[in-house]
Amino acid sequence: MIPLSHYLTLGAILFGLSIAGIFLNRKNVIIILMSIELMLLAVNLNFVAFSHFMGDTAGQVFVFFILTVAAAEAAIGLAILVVLFRNRGTINVSDLDELQG
Amino acid sequence: MDNLGLATPEIFLLCAICVILIGDLYVREDQRPLAYLLAQVSLIGTLLLTWSIAPEIGSATAFGGSFVMDQMSVVCKTWILAVSIGVFLYSRDYINSRNITNGEYYTLALCGVLGMMIMVSSSTMLTLYLGLELLSLSLYALVALNRKDVRSSEAAMKYFVLGALASGALLYGISMIYGATGSLHFDAISNALATDADSTAAVFGLAFLVVGIGFKFGAAPFHMWVPDVYEGAPTSVTLYISSAPKIAAFALAMRFLVDGLENAHSNWQGMLIILSVMSIVLGNVIAIAQVSIKRMLAYSTISHVGFILLGILSGSEQGYSASMFYAITYAFTSMGAFGIILAMDRVGADVQLLTDLRGLFRRNPVYAAVMMLLLVSMAGVPPTVGFYAKLAVLSAVVQADLVWLAVVAVIFSVVGAFYYLRVIKYMFFDEPAETQPVLAAFDVKVGLSINGAAILLFGVFPGLIMAACVAAFSG
Repeated sequence: MIPLSHYLTLGAILFGLSIAGIFLNRKNVIIILMSIELMLLAVNLNFVAFSHFMGDTAGQVFVFFILTVAAAEAAIGLAILVVLFRNRGTINVSDLDELQG
Repeated sequence: MDNLGLATPEIFLLCAICVILIGDLYVREDQRPLAYLLAQVSLIGTLLLTWSIAPEIGSATAFGGSFVMDQMSVVCKTWILAVSIGVFLYSRDYINSRNITNGEYYTLALCGVLGMMIMVSSSTMLTLYLGLELLSLSLYALVALNRKDVRSSEAAMKYFVLGALASGALLYGISMIYGATGSLHFDAISNALATDADSTAAVFGLAFLVVGIGFKFGAAPFHMWVPDVYEGAPTSVTLYISSAPKIAAFALAMRFLVDGLENAHSNWQGMLIILSVMSIVLGNVIAIAQVSIKRMLAYSTISHVGFILLGILSGSEQGYSASMFYAITYAFTSMGAFGIILAMDRVGADVQLLTDLRGLFRRNPVYAAVMMLLLVSMAGVPPTVGFYAKLAVLSAVVQADLVWLAVVAVIFSVVGAFYYLRVIKYMFFDEPAETQPVLAAFDVKVGLSINGAAILLFGVFPGLIMAACVAAFSG
């Protein structure tokens, strides 16, 4: 039987990878969207692991909601990306410098 | 399906949104005001329904304990709806004169209001998360609503990425708290933490929760999105983002930190102190260097968020009600300020820079007077409401034995007064670049005047709002 800590470690590694993907990536906005999905999946792994080891189904229900919201979020993210590409002709992260921030 | 009636306002609003969304498809171009009228009617209807089902005292729950109607949610919902009515009024002419589709704006904005109402009324982490996402997803789309504008879509992209990151951090925190306490219900979490508030998993989750809350609030050091979104979004959307969602963010923090994790107060107090000090210092100092009025107000928002957090971190009922008072009054002060900017805005002559307000007094003395009241209130000068709000928060902080924190907050409010007064100087003592008078529709004029009068009225009689805020937490 795989202990709980292994699941949590894997979740933490995936979460860390996705954060790194968002901040280190200087090239493509699509990679950022992929990192966001990965982050939500890392959280799902946590929820399922906890839920299984505590014998409480609420965590698994939460996962279904996260999956649904993640789909809606991806749809909006891609829609904004399309609008951005129409206006700028590029989706390079380092080109997003119209607003100084 | 017990107590379904408690959610009547939300259900009504949802139905109204569907009606507006579908009805808008069948409306001709020259009947555009219809969407606006329907949106206002649905907000007023929701407000009346909220009052009609509000429990006299205590709280009532529905949906297996995941939806709660307590005194705090009644007060927050009332003000969220009232502020949204004002937001729609001010933004109507801007929306009509720009290349922004009417129906979509009101539908998305109402979806955001629905999300805020769900957030405010949630008593499990699941409902809170769903309400938050409904609000956030609507806001991302609203920021990008001006499809031809490069800056609008860039701001939307930045907001989306950072907002999604915040949701991810918040969710990671939720999963850890769930693991540590075995429940998603705030009551059960609170009970579980009463015996073991310092378990590693709980503290680890708490840190992520605070990061998420900080992002959603726009508190430094998680404030990077605020100035860009304020500047890039269409001004009517900036108006929306800067007002009602602040009340909802306050409710978000209260539900997580007080309803759920009050027993871990000693752990989150330190984190909030860092957030609020950084917000007050950075917000006030960087605002001085801004030349764009929207960016200046963005940094001013960051500093006000610091004050809202001050009340929460003091950890007393007095502090919570002071903080709630601050969030509510800030929401309608900020609404008025952006309302004036929208009233001055003309197609081809956007109000972008601070210097665009030059000589407003010559062009429209009433608006100049209202804007002066709003700015003076933001700076915290008596007898405006901003003074009383700051006083209430600071006295709660002093009661919590954090005198140094109150001193820092006061010093940087004085620094902040500079950039508010500079705008007043532009409005009253400088020559206008164009002498054309500023005209606006009659109802907008009435709305702005009421807004300005409210700043004075609630400043002289703060008890009108404060009584409800105190009652919300004395239960």
